[in-house]
Amino acid sequence: MSFDLETIFSAPGIMLGLGLFFGIVLAVAYRFLKVEEDPRIDDTEELLPGTNCGACGEPGCRAFSEKLVAGEVQPSKCTVASPEALESIAEYLGVDAGEQVKQVARLRCAGGRAEAAQIAEYQGFDGCRAADVVSGGGKGCPWGCLGLADCEISCTFDAIKMNEDGLPKVDVDLCTACGDCVEACPRDLFEIRPLNEHLYVQCNSPLAGDDAVALCSVACDACGRCSADSAPGVVTMENNLPVVHFQAGPLKPEATFRCPTNAIVWLEGNQFEQDSQDQHKSLKRHA
Amino acid sequence: MMKALRLPGRALGGFDHGVHPPHHKERTEDLPIQRLPFGSRFVMPLGQHIGAPSVPVVKAGDAVRRGQLIAGPGGFVSVALHSPVTGKVLDVGPHRYSDGTFREAIAIEADPYDSQEFEGAPIDWESLSLEAFIGEVQKAGIVGMGGAAFPCHVKYSLPEGTRIRCLLINGAECEPYLTTDHRLMVERPEALLHGAEIVRSKLGAEEIVIGVEKNKPDAIEMLQRSIGPGQPVRVVPLEVKYPQGAEKMLIKSIFGVEVPAGKLPRDVQIAVNNVGTIVAIADYFQKGMPLIERVVTVSGPGVAYPANLLAPLGTPIRDLLRFAGGLKEETRQVVMGGPMMGASIADLDAPILKGSSGILALTANETGRPEERPCIRCGRCVEACPYFLNPARFARLARARLYEEMAEKYNVMDCVECGCCTYSCPSGIPIVQHIRTAKDYLRSMTRKEK
Repeated sequence: MSFDLETIFSAPGIMLGLGLFFGIVLAVAYRFLKVEEDPRIDDTEELLPGTNCGACGEPGCRAFSEKLVAGEVQPSKCTVASPEALESIAEYLGVDAGEQVKQVARLRCAGGRAEAAQIAEYQGFDGCRAADVVSGGGKGCPWGCLGLADCEISCTFDAIKMNEDGLPKVDVDLCTACGDCVEACPRDLFEIRPLNEHLYVQCNSPLAGDDAVALCSVACDACGRCSADSAPGVVTMENNLPVVHFQAGPLKPEATFRCPTNAIVWLEGNQFEQDSQDQHKSLKRHA
Repeated sequence: MMKALRLPGRALGGFDHGVHPPHHKERTEDLPIQRLPFGSRFVMPLGQHIGAPSVPVVKAGDAVRRGQLIAGPGGFVSVALHSPVTGKVLDVGPHRYSDGTFREAIAIEADPYDSQEFEGAPIDWESLSLEAFIGEVQKAGIVGMGGAAFPCHVKYSLPEGTRIRCLLINGAECEPYLTTDHRLMVERPEALLHGAEIVRSKLGAEEIVIGVEKNKPDAIEMLQRSIGPGQPVRVVPLEVKYPQGAEKMLIKSIFGVEVPAGKLPRDVQIAVNNVGTIVAIADYFQKGMPLIERVVTVSGPGVAYPANLLAPLGTPIRDLLRFAGGLKEETRQVVMGGPMMGASIADLDAPILKGSSGILALTANETGRPEERPCIRCGRCVEACPYFLNPARFARLARARLYEEMAEKYNVMDCVECGCCTYSCPSGIPIVQHIRTAKDYLRSMTRKEK
């Protein structure tokens, strides 16, 4: 092929021309079709934690800040941001920060390896849901924690650590109540509760009496003493388990004093901590 | 609507893919069915079939007779339950199920002084309309006895414009160890053919086809010999291959027709029933006896005396194992169903159910889980999958917990958990367990959305 200047320069020339043309079109479009967006959305998003955890119920921090600017939600709906950060957002937007009640994930089971009976040996993939589909992973209690750490893996904030008893310990300082563990648990044992609701039932077994205790030493045997020892209507028995009604009256640790299996506990901080158990015992002595 | 069904006389090539596990049927295939003596305590779970649980009609303390209705159907996709013994209802409450969970069940204590004889009268099936027949089948508590326990009458309730041209009886029994259908075909061919005739005439089908794997030559011979003159029955010997007894594979093998994913056999004008189911239907219409007992193969290297037992439903698994000589020292696992699809049992006191085809005691030899190694992309699972799915991809996605992607892109819900992939995997990856985990997650998500 012969040396041909026209061939060499025509291709770049066409590309350059096209580029110039589309550039002008875009510039004109930007000038005349611009979407006005509130600059405060960007600023608010900057102030949010940026974890996109979804605890507020929005698909991410951007969507949440859009709603904040629109005034549809209060800053305190974000459970991850520190109180100072919420205050600065409220100040920036000139709104009320709202009441932030610290919420945490609580496990409705205290039957670890030492407490709950095992009826078979499980061999298979290490995961709660995987064990649950194979005859419940050999755990005697079909409602209890399987202890294979699906929740620990699901936690974005490293707030869940499996303890030596095979139970997930939630660090209430790190927990943001995003609800990922609630979704991950195949036995629906996690629930999001306000930290200041101290009275908590750590059992999910609908069995009563000896049947319940035969499966697990810390199971609720549905004796109903906690219900009798608290103000009327605060603790009721439903489906062989105590249900705490926080609005019904003042909560008192007395409800836990006569529990024969420690299924109902008075929680000040983390679950399954020696401190809280000791405190429980000391309270018992006072009673 | 599918085109008219081809009913070829020519030999077809069976189905593609699948595996050839050793069948181990020699332990029980020549042993006649024995009746298991009645025990003392029986537990009938209300939800032992697919669909809505039955609704109890008895209460603690009630005296019941063998075959008496104890729970009515809880909906259309549900069946009745009958007392397997004469005795007294102990309680209606949560009892341990074979998978370790507690389910609502009726516990019955047998009367030790009763002869446990069944009293019933034959039912005149010839005068029944199709609707009445379907109602009778539901009332008899009959479900698919191959293992899935799907209410039988639902299969017969055809939507407007559908018709059945062929009643296909599944005698493949492709699961290793199990010989319940085999023994029924050898010992009760008349009952099978009579039951088949009842269903065929009620559904208006033209033909009865019985598919039997070639490793049961005595069953094929017995059936062929028992066919009455003029009965439109064809016995088709099938290649010995797992999962030959999966209904879609069976249809493919015999008719060369593929039932599309998400469709049912009735969409290709075929009704498929297990041998045990048809015999149960025959028993109901001939003797008036509802589904209160079934044949269970007790086998495996972990039992001393393997047997085919006619056991009342609700009998504790422990009683069957005891009758078979008890568990040997080296038993590691007890499985309900076959070794490929069956589930390991969490509690030996759990009862025999309508869908329990076998109780297998396996030793470390059979259950020893190979050390799990990384997937080497050899593709053996893909080659084995009779549903043309990609099990290797499922295992990888499930490990990464990308369950939604498995459903949306790779049709994990089409998997029937036949176990071919896990069986063929040289790296010892528990693929089916991963798939079941994913399906469990997906189902729980749909439940939560509701």
